[in-house]
Amino acid sequence: MSATPPRKSHYSAWSLLREGLRGQRGWTPAWTDRDPDPAYDVIVIGGGGHGLATAYYLARTHGIRRVAVLEKGWIGGGNTGRNTTIIRSNYFNPQSAALYDLSVRLYEGLSRELNYNIMFSQRAIMEIAHTDADLESMARAANAMRISGIDIELVDRREALAMAPLMDASPDCRWPVRGALVQRRGGTARHDAVAWGYARAADTLGVHIIQGCEVQGFEIEAGRAVGVRTNRGTIRAGRIGMAVAGNSSVLAELGGFRLPLQSYTLQAMVSEPLEPCLHTVVMSTSNGAYVSQSDKGELVIGGNLDRNPSYAQRGSFAVTQSVLSTLVEMFPSFATLKLMRQWGGTVDASPDNSPLIGPTPLPGLFLNCGWGTGGFKAIPAGGTVFAHLLATGNHHPLSAAFDLSRFTTGALIDESHAGVQH
Amino acid sequence: MQVFPCPFCGERPDAEFRYGGDARKARPARDCSDAEWAQYMHFRANTRGESLELWLHAAGCGRWIEIRRDTASHVVIATEPMNR
Amino acid sequence: MSARRLGHGGEIDRGKTLDFRFDGRSFTGFAGDTVASALLAGGAQILGRSFKYHRPRGLLGSGFEEPNALLDLRDGERHDPNARITREMLAAGMELHSVHALGKASFDALGFLDRLSRFIPAAFYYKTFMWPRWWLFENAIRRMAGIGKLDPDARAHAESTIHLRADLCVIGAGPAGIAAARAAQARGLSVVMADERSRPGGSLLWRETSITGEPGAAWAAQSVQALRAGGATVLQDTSAIGLYDHNTVVLVQREAGRERLLQVRAGEIVLATGAIERPLLFAHNDRPGVMLADAVLEYLRRYAVCAGERVVVATASDPAWETAFALQAAGARCVLVDARTDPPMAAAARERGIELRTGARVAQALGAPVVTGARLDTGERIPCDLIAVGGGWTPLINLWCHARGRPRWNAELGCYLPGDALPGLRVAGSANGAVSLAQALSQGAEAGGAQGLETPACSEFSSGPGGAPDLSQTGGGRVWVDLQHDVTVKDLELAIRENFRVVEHLKRYTTLGMANDQGRTSNVNGLAVLADRTARSIAEVGITTFRPPYVPVSMAALAGHERGELQHPLRRLPAENAHRAEGAHFRDYGNLLRPAWYGPEEGALERECRAARESVAVLDASSLGKIEVIGPDAGALLDFVFYHRLSTLAPGRLRYTLALSESGAVWDDGVVMRLAPEHFVVSCSSGHVAAMTAHLQEWREDHFDLSRVFVHDCTSQWATMAISGPRSREVLASIIPGAVLDDADFPHMSLQTGVFHDRPARVARVSFTGERSYEVSVPASLAGALWQAARSGGAAPLGVEALGVLRAEKGFLFIGQDTDSETQPQDLGMDGPRRNRKDAYVGDRSLFLPEGTRAGRRQLVGIAADGAMIPPGAHAVASSAAGRRSIGFITSSYDSAALGRPVALALIEDGLSRMGEVLEFEHLGARHRGAVTAICFLDPAGERLHV
Repeated sequence: MSATPPRKSHYSAWSLLREGLRGQRGWTPAWTDRDPDPAYDVIVIGGGGHGLATAYYLARTHGIRRVAVLEKGWIGGGNTGRNTTIIRSNYFNPQSAALYDLSVRLYEGLSRELNYNIMFSQRAIMEIAHTDADLESMARAANAMRISGIDIELVDRREALAMAPLMDASPDCRWPVRGALVQRRGGTARHDAVAWGYARAADTLGVHIIQGCEVQGFEIEAGRAVGVRTNRGTIRAGRIGMAVAGNSSVLAELGGFRLPLQSYTLQAMVSEPLEPCLHTVVMSTSNGAYVSQSDKGELVIGGNLDRNPSYAQRGSFAVTQSVLSTLVEMFPSFATLKLMRQWGGTVDASPDNSPLIGPTPLPGLFLNCGWGTGGFKAIPAGGTVFAHLLATGNHHPLSAAFDLSRFTTGALIDESHAGVQH
Repeated sequence: MQVFPCPFCGERPDAEFRYGGDARKARPARDCSDAEWAQYMHFRANTRGESLELWLHAAGCGRWIEIRRDTASHVVIATEPMNR
Repeated sequence: MSARRLGHGGEIDRGKTLDFRFDGRSFTGFAGDTVASALLAGGAQILGRSFKYHRPRGLLGSGFEEPNALLDLRDGERHDPNARITREMLAAGMELHSVHALGKASFDALGFLDRLSRFIPAAFYYKTFMWPRWWLFENAIRRMAGIGKLDPDARAHAESTIHLRADLCVIGAGPAGIAAARAAQARGLSVVMADERSRPGGSLLWRETSITGEPGAAWAAQSVQALRAGGATVLQDTSAIGLYDHNTVVLVQREAGRERLLQVRAGEIVLATGAIERPLLFAHNDRPGVMLADAVLEYLRRYAVCAGERVVVATASDPAWETAFALQAAGARCVLVDARTDPPMAAAARERGIELRTGARVAQALGAPVVTGARLDTGERIPCDLIAVGGGWTPLINLWCHARGRPRWNAELGCYLPGDALPGLRVAGSANGAVSLAQALSQGAEAGGAQGLETPACSEFSSGPGGAPDLSQTGGGRVWVDLQHDVTVKDLELAIRENFRVVEHLKRYTTLGMANDQGRTSNVNGLAVLADRTARSIAEVGITTFRPPYVPVSMAALAGHERGELQHPLRRLPAENAHRAEGAHFRDYGNLLRPAWYGPEEGALERECRAARESVAVLDASSLGKIEVIGPDAGALLDFVFYHRLSTLAPGRLRYTLALSESGAVWDDGVVMRLAPEHFVVSCSSGHVAAMTAHLQEWREDHFDLSRVFVHDCTSQWATMAISGPRSREVLASIIPGAVLDDADFPHMSLQTGVFHDRPARVARVSFTGERSYEVSVPASLAGALWQAARSGGAAPLGVEALGVLRAEKGFLFIGQDTDSETQPQDLGMDGPRRNRKDAYVGDRSLFLPEGTRAGRRQLVGIAADGAMIPPGAHAVASSAAGRRSIGFITSSYDSAALGRPVALALIEDGLSRMGEVLEFEHLGARHRGAVTAICFLDPAGERLHV
């Protein structure tokens, strides 16, 4: 355990200028690769956004310094690095609204907090209503969110088309625009930067980031998890947290229990980069397609899950086709663009489309999973509440409702009717 | 893009099928505990690797079938009718 | 670079000239040219600008590996904002423009950015623009990005996807691919072969080869002719874009500027995708005038374009020597710079007058904006207008990686090759590391399953491996690795210094290989730098994952034919034409196109409601489910699947019931009728027919003897018209002669059969309006006739919108609108079966979980608005010291003409015990008040059913 955290270059326009004059040679590593110590106060399994954020808040908020993040591959290499980067908090249930809105608020200050530009671009997200029934259910959702304190507007057809003028406005089109649910604070962020920013900040606080370290089993003493067995040896810990998204069930099996999860492939794709043509995030409630344009100019496109349980990280071409066919019906000129890259990630879908946060049936082991298709937007909040749980052994007030026990009591937090799920 | 051999219809594209959960799950009696009911309702094997699943051949014969398949490689190992 | 067209040779048709324009200048090419070859021949050297520093860029390659030559293309109606001109066949009248330049390619006002490059290295944006807010900078940065500009008015045709099956699918019709296809066909297999060029042969088209005594290109053409004659499908201008599960290959075929997809389900797949040449790493290697030696040779031999007059050919292996020999023969003056001290063909080169510099390397391209010379590591400066580089070969194993294959570094050949074998997939030829024509042919034949066949005799100009990337000239100056994204060796070094040493981190941090070309020419060079600077081998650093599509594909092609009406097609009613004739206004209700109202919108609701309440109206209810459940155990199955017991229903009677999910939520309602002791019909809601059928089928198969109960969906076989109103009996009498009309013999919730147009008819006495009503069902082919009969009998047309009002006045619910995923039957005031049933039924146990029995559940109630109608979706708000919270929401709300006031339904916490309580509602900032009432607003005693 190194007592003094590594010194970091401070990032600013000034430091860039200074480094520009001396050949950019003065920059220090964003984080240091570590070999595992024999024991830690807390081990976080999974070096994605949630795991790294958890480690950061454990160190920063709770002052726990002996923290390790164990990542079997490379940090940010799972769903954190494969998603469509959308951030929003327009959720129906008050418990969800509170959690996701904490996330949006933390994202708003994150670049400065981490001294790492995560490029949170609050360019508004809009969910398009195609029918009167869509408008009615959006009104129901909008009112619920407003009462929960979420900024949300229901705009009419004219305003919706003004926000995304490339949408088909012809009278007999397949996906007419009747209006839209708009969250102006919603938007996108640079996904890799979120992982790297948290990693750099956590590393500065003394957290050990250990890549290439795969958990292969749990050390159990007197019915309690006291450590993990990895390809790099056994590592003991006071508390162990898992934040491994699509692989949660696999890890749970090592711990001897099951989870209410099913892993599916979620595809995403990008077009070739173009000059700016789409200024908001557009989602369709009816057909599930959604699209935004990255700062580099690529259209970032997603749709519904591939409905085959899978760990293959490889999407079905039929789903690719159906997502793109709906997209070009909504945006006819997009048919002249070209798809550049398509990929798939493994997401952990829960029965009510809400996350699972809390203790597991194996004492000493805690979980943060079940974010399904929408984990990226929740990273700062997921990290905050999970760090609280790992530091204190008790739920953060915002995470209590998401405990596994809800499946036994029946108190599910159903967000499946909230339209698009990303 | 996968091909599932339906025991009634032969090889058909996966788009014709709908996933229906873990196969051979026993429905507990009414007097089971809340926890047992929760296990039946929500908790799943979600295996990475060989997995036994229920699928409905929705756009075909309309029958439910059991598919033994590998969720990591997508290899289909065997299929048979649900109610043998 | 002073390129010129030769007077003879090549695949072009000099008799057919094609005029086109680029950046306002006129050019002329020939039929058979690509846009790139025509521009090269016409002397256009600067074609674009790089992404970040706006450095001038010219042609590097000749195929999809090309990172620079992306142009805005207009050809008639067609617009392509970033056409890859190395694979675009020239057509007369094409209008081309450079992209990503402020001005044009040859003069870009943003060119000054190159001078700021030291301040904006890789990933600089993560380190700044944080204060005060990113978005203050973002829009300016966004405007700098993008390669090409969307035309908002441009459209592209829908193209159907074609599906093929084959025993063997071969990707690539070069020597290995053709050998594989021939071998497979000889074994009697059906073959589909796809090749991305306009004619077969691959490298045989421009490399000097001979197979069975003929030039390689002729052998290829004859072989393909023979393959076609033998029944094979050989597709030119066709690229494989992805390999998917269960041996599916997706191809894209280009024809006259349009693209079409083909999906091939193949027994086996052979990848003979070849290899592409790598650039060399030296300072200013991004200048226009630095080209791949293999591409230079292809332009010369296929398009008769000599790309330079004074040429430095730089390499460390034999294949690039062919470029020098050919250029020299075409009249150019070549200097061969070879890093080897004793290259084998030295004497032959000298004989042809080619100057040699052995044991030497190019250290820097000289000149700006285009190449005017090369400085060697020996210090020598050689004036030239073209530097043709041959830095080794990158086998194209992208598709193999799509199939989750893992590549393995081959140090001897200096490239990544396919690793452990994958089932059903073989790789042959230079994609598999073949370094000679003979090897490619024999690997191909083997991949095609040849047994004991002899490989045809062949010869070629040169062979041998290209070797690993040479990093000796990366020490000074700016050395480009990724030309489009402006990633230099220094950028990679910076990233490595900052610990972005995992290859995926390096890629993402620097954007290496993430441009339109997806790193085809930059990938391995980048890996080599990473390995070298972290003292590892390339095998240790690994490789990033390749993703489909292999080449960018138009969204129009990918979308396929599911466009317009064919996209998520709406279901339609059998009597749609009859409704149209009546002036029906149609709407999409849960993917079903139904009449919303008839005639003018003004007053439609009131008009239609009044007809139903005061006289008689007819609604097309054909989409309601008609699922037959038949057999001795039919009653038992229905008892299990529905909330109310149905086995106790008498034949000829109907019962309203709910279907629960296993979570106890109400997910559908409907009427079940018993036609005979062993014959039931489930009339579920329109949107749930498929799901209800599957649901019944699932429990049938799970719980029952399959020989004793059957489930069959007959919904589309029947048309149903619901006739409702005080005068409905008269209408029934007029359309079903001899129908039982007497209430004693045909009471509410009963059924009779009759005859309509000599076909069987069913009449169910069931009401969705609270009025006397009859649902008449006849075979679907008679839908229009039945509608006409009801209209002639005096019934006014009734649309879905008015139905919504009529049923709400009675407190009849719409599942999914007046319920949500938490609503259980007790929340609807239907607690009876929950309390009384002891037998098992779907959802039973969930009703008794703590959540099902807790206080504060949202229950369905009526709301009497205090004043104007409360909009649907308004929430009831409770305020307390802890803050404001929603206690429920309006689910349905209408102005009722019959009652002269608004009616509303709402799901309210503990609503059933709040009768009379006045609640505060909020809707998008507006406030409303309403009192909790029973859900039935009109005729609670149900007397109108018998009027």
